[in-house]
Amino acid sequence: MVNLKKDNLIIANKKFNSRLIVGTGKYKSMSECAKAIKLSGAEIVTVAVRRVNISDKNKPLLMDYIDPKKITYLPNTAGCFNSKEALRTLRLAREIGGWKLVKLEVLGDKKNLFPDMIETLKSTEVLAKEGFKVMVYCNDDPLMAKRLENSGAEAIMPLAAPIGSGLGIQNKINIQIIRKQTKLPLIIDAGLGQASDATIAMELGCDGVLINTAIAKAKKPFEMALAFKNAVIAGRLSYKSGRIDKILMGNPSSPSKGII
Amino acid sequence: MKKIKKIKIKINGKIKSINQDSTLSVVLKNLKIPLNKVAIELNKEIIDKKKINKIKLNKNDKIEIVHFIGGG
Repeated sequence: MVNLKKDNLIIANKKFNSRLIVGTGKYKSMSECAKAIKLSGAEIVTVAVRRVNISDKNKPLLMDYIDPKKITYLPNTAGCFNSKEALRTLRLAREIGGWKLVKLEVLGDKKNLFPDMIETLKSTEVLAKEGFKVMVYCNDDPLMAKRLENSGAEAIMPLAAPIGSGLGIQNKINIQIIRKQTKLPLIIDAGLGQASDATIAMELGCDGVLINTAIAKAKKPFEMALAFKNAVIAGRLSYKSGRIDKILMGNPSSPSKGII
Repeated sequence: MKKIKKIKIKINGKIKSINQDSTLSVVLKNLKIPLNKVAIELNKEIIDKKKINKIKLNKNDKIEIVHFIGGG
């Protein structure tokens, strides 16, 4: 039997039971966000680095709702459009409390939010040298994925489709090629819309998925969080179980012998 | 009584008037910043939070105080 408790996701030598990583953006409130995370079973959450609101000192803080001692914070560089901005953001993130595991995301276009892979590659090299453990949001290009791996990335995180689009995995072949070539954790980041998309990602052999919008903006975020939790488990089990070969014609499930 | 001279600095993009010779520590304390939950930049240089009581602020200094918020 596949023992799911021992089938851990390992990132930067750290073991995680859940293969679902969730974002903390776009929720109606921090309490809604915290509850959805709990239901999703996620042990890693992405967070953004932004200015403190100095005029409203009583504004609730994320850390008051999601305990960074219990849940691993993965600071991101969302909103950064070049290497300089991304490096500045992550150096600050590290300073907040020693975070070294980070999500690098350098965007190249404000409309489609595709990653700028040249800037992403440059940043990965610098961050790895500075001791960061970098999980890299990237496009689904196997050659770029290889380059990121050679530059010291800790995890490869290709998009399924544009961020927040909910379109699901558009290029399964590329994801499978990346799967075959890399031993690094492969995590689908961005573009998933419903639970079955996560199952497909896991069945392709991905090590995990990262979801934000599909849960936060679902009509019922709590139920969707639970759906994604189970979808990831189902996909992982399905991948591990070895699917049947595809054949063109029918093959009866009941014996043809002894028919009356 | 001797009048304390004021200087202007920028914190998170907003102009603030503070007492001349204020330390970074005092300014952050007045703003009730929870130090264990933020990172601080002074003129684009990251500041070691242990040293803020030794840093005196100057006119036109730019301070950035950041923390974690929800994001994907």
